[in-house]
Amino acid sequence: MSGRTPPETSAPEILRGPSGGRATSAPVAGDGTEPSIFELSVAGRRAWSFGATDVPEVDLTSAVGAEHLADAPPMLPEVSERDLVAHMTRLSSRNYSVDHGAYPLGSCTMKYNPKLCDTATTLPGFAAAHPAQPTDQIQGWMELLVGLEDFLCSVTGMHAATLQPAAGAAGELTGLLLMRAWHSARGRQRSKVLIPDSAHGTNPASVTLGGFDVVEVPSDARGLVDLDALRDLVDDDVAGLMLTNPNTLGLFERDIREIAAVLHDAGSLLYYDGANLNAILGVVRPGDMGFDIVHLNLHKTFAVPHGGGGPGAGPVAVSERLAPFLPGPRPEFDAQSGRFEWATPECSIGRVHGWHGNALALARSYAYILANGGDGLRRVADAAVLNARYLQERLRDVFDFPYDEPCMHEFVASAASLKSDCDVRAMDVAKRFIDEGFHPPTMYFPLIVDEALMVEPTETESPQTVEAMAVAFRRIVEEANDDGGAAARSAPRSTPVGRVDEVAAAKKLRLRWTPDDDPGNPTHSKE
Amino acid sequence: MMSPGAVAQTCDHRAANGEGEHRVGHYVPHTDDELSAMLAFCGLESLDDLYAHIPDAVRLVGGLDMVDGLAETDVMARLRAMAGRNSAAAEDLVSFAGFGAYDHELPTAVPALMMRSEFVTSYTPYQPELSQGVLQALFEYQTMVASLFGLEIANASLYDGASAAVEGLNLAAAATKRTTVWVSEGIHPNVREVIRTLTGPRLDVRIAPVLNGITAWPDDLEEPAALLVGYPNALGCLEDVPAAAQVAHDAGALLVAYADPVAAGVLRSVGSQGADVAVGEGQPFGTPLGLGGPYLGLFACRQASWVRRWLPGRLVGETVDNQDRRSYVLTLSTREQHIRRETASSNVCTNQTLIAVAAAIHLSWLGPDGLRELATRCVRGAHYARKQLFRIPGVEPSVSSRTLYEFPLRLERPVPDVLDRLAEEGYLGGVDLTPDYPDLGNTMLVAVTETRTRDQIDGFSAALEKALA
Ligand SMILES: Cc1ncc(COP(=O)(O)O)c(C=O)c1O
Repeated sequence: MSGRTPPETSAPEILRGPSGGRATSAPVAGDGTEPSIFELSVAGRRAWSFGATDVPEVDLTSAVGAEHLADAPPMLPEVSERDLVAHMTRLSSRNYSVDHGAYPLGSCTMKYNPKLCDTATTLPGFAAAHPAQPTDQIQGWMELLVGLEDFLCSVTGMHAATLQPAAGAAGELTGLLLMRAWHSARGRQRSKVLIPDSAHGTNPASVTLGGFDVVEVPSDARGLVDLDALRDLVDDDVAGLMLTNPNTLGLFERDIREIAAVLHDAGSLLYYDGANLNAILGVVRPGDMGFDIVHLNLHKTFAVPHGGGGPGAGPVAVSERLAPFLPGPRPEFDAQSGRFEWATPECSIGRVHGWHGNALALARSYAYILANGGDGLRRVADAAVLNARYLQERLRDVFDFPYDEPCMHEFVASAASLKSDCDVRAMDVAKRFIDEGFHPPTMYFPLIVDEALMVEPTETESPQTVEAMAVAFRRIVEEANDDGGAAARSAPRSTPVGRVDEVAAAKKLRLRWTPDDDPGNPTHSKE
Repeated sequence: MMSPGAVAQTCDHRAANGEGEHRVGHYVPHTDDELSAMLAFCGLESLDDLYAHIPDAVRLVGGLDMVDGLAETDVMARLRAMAGRNSAAAEDLVSFAGFGAYDHELPTAVPALMMRSEFVTSYTPYQPELSQGVLQALFEYQTMVASLFGLEIANASLYDGASAAVEGLNLAAAATKRTTVWVSEGIHPNVREVIRTLTGPRLDVRIAPVLNGITAWPDDLEEPAALLVGYPNALGCLEDVPAAAQVAHDAGALLVAYADPVAAGVLRSVGSQGADVAVGEGQPFGTPLGLGGPYLGLFACRQASWVRRWLPGRLVGETVDNQDRRSYVLTLSTREQHIRRETASSNVCTNQTLIAVAAAIHLSWLGPDGLRELATRCVRGAHYARKQLFRIPGVEPSVSSRTLYEFPLRLERPVPDVLDRLAEEGYLGGVDLTPDYPDLGNTMLVAVTETRTRDQIDGFSAALEKALA
């Protein structure tokens, strides 16, 4: 890195311009603190009202029973609706979002979520349906679920899917239980599941919950699964391999056919972590690569907004030989009666959700897929990959790239040189990126890259926005070379709070609000 | 920058797609000139070159075999038609269905605030400086959930009640280093099934029977990690939580209570009655029925030595920033999968934050008195409904134990027939419990919330009488 100064921009003329914009104009820069809702509370104040029902009064003590009846209700804030709405609106102003601007958080696919999909979930025929209604009252819902399952099977090249898992990690555990059931049905128990050292943390955690032991597969110099090491690790105690493809370095596992053969020859299964499906929509399908079990993150690829942390949806699609093990009940079209019915596969592993999955999230994805169609989804992959490839090219000379393979929808840069040259770590680059008006990339993941910055622009960012991010990254590196990293280390400066003391938070736990005079809450008196 | 006119001219996808009504990939902004410029910069000639390193043998030939994209009005028309093929409980029928999913009044402030993009379209708050809004809202949510259950610590949400129950049992197993868990038969059958599915490889799940609606814990519990009891349980009955706590603690186990958060408006908290962990379904606060999701897994526990290592899920803590200002941040992440990987306390990553924020808004709108009033109204409606329904010939209580706002009725006829007849009269009569609790006979579970009026209850009892005649 030393001696490298960012050259004048070589970006094509057409890509320079403010299209898309950035959040430096957003009014989130007040430096006051927002009181807790509990500090806005005044005894006796209220927002609530209930409709007239004309139902006769009852004596609570006799209706509930003295031994059950509480003396007083739980402590909750007492606020007017006006103050509540103002508080929550101010809180929202203290939060960045995709709707503000670019959010290139690698692995998370923070694309723009069309408003159409929000509207779909508000239709009363969907929103007001009870999950235990008799099937003839929810035929429209069941049609949607079956339709979505068909779409997801087409996109993945799989045979059948369960829509129950509530998120990616729930899908992983479901897939591992399917793996377990499939081996058991063959009269054997296998104890190990392989995962690459670049895998997301939920993979090994799910493997343990599924009752297996984790065995790590090393990556080779290309950043891909080390085939020779894999051959050495696979034996008849291996239940399967979990793989993300493109992997968490944003690289396509081009040896996938050989990998699949190694596993299948040993009677093991291949599991696809679909977090990165966005890169390959309409280009290549997990089923055609040889995967047996696939989970999808509808909150990444299929436009379920991330809700500040959830809800998402993590359907699991499988090949024909695993279909009899899927969770039930599943919605199915019965040609004879011409109706949709619930059915549980013969060897089902059982339910993995209290009802039918995050149904309203599923409706969003259905709307998204209808709007895009097969041709539109392919366009999604093209633009997602091109945006990432372009941005990586623009940053080649300012960051380190430990793996020199063409990236797919995201890439992992390393700030290792920047750290040794001017003591600016990945974290500092990320925080300085905030001052540039963008959300930072993912930091320190995957674990096999030193000072990792994982950048995923997504397809919905305009070329000018992507170029603006390139310029911002370059400016940060240039500035660090000039000032020895001082600005980056003290960033961000444009946010409601500065760098937050995470160590203090974990040391002296304060996990709920308590009144001012509580000695456990010394920070309150600072307001 | 290009003018809008230039964009239109160079976009031959529009033409290629015919009619000019819409273009495929509505949400991809790139014009053809821009695509060309970017490709050239990357040293590529065509979009297909982006995938040159992917072996031909796995490439999809001929594109996805799927419908073409639709304009948004056409998507909405299709969805409206599908939605119209439902007779939705809380829209088209007068509903007495509960069983873990309830029709409550939704304050207008909740959906209004739930349209805030900042809550809807942000990721998990990994960058606290940009995420104080969601973090503080979750901190306030944690405070409210801990308060509802009378416990000290609540997490920032799990997927749903069922997943919260699973995590509660996993926590107990880790904290006690034991593997046997006792689950009351009064726990919702779907929740029991999820527990069996998800803990199957690791835990030995035993079912404790209910007699007359109340759990009979066996004498020999064989070194249990946990007991799981409902309050009220899935039959609507009020269990003896202190007795269950006694049994659990005598056996060295934790008591996990699956507690109804609406009932918490009138009931003594499960924490004050001896529960170590409380889990539950938060759907009643701020979330429509939505065919069962996304809902909200509530999770709280008492302060204990196992918290730092084994508490599942995200936690928001209060701290200060570099200028000593009060701030919030995700904390104790050393428990979590991204740090601890195969030895993590749970695999949960994405949770149900947006639903948790909705719940916090709804609970703030209610306040303590509103929550008390809400629960009281449910109790009152159920009291009146019981009186009306048990007058009908061929209807009797399935259990004599005390219920709160949901209760099981035994009917002379099979429940599916009765539900059909009630639907013809515009009622969703309840939920058929017969398959899950065959010992109770033809049993229908009826829930009465604050949304049901006296006229509706009277109309329902007349319809039920007719259906049974
Ligand atoms: C590669 C990868 N796998 C799995 C997951 C887990 O998905 P979820 O957060 O939906 O549980 C994620 C998302 O964070 C991921 O990026």
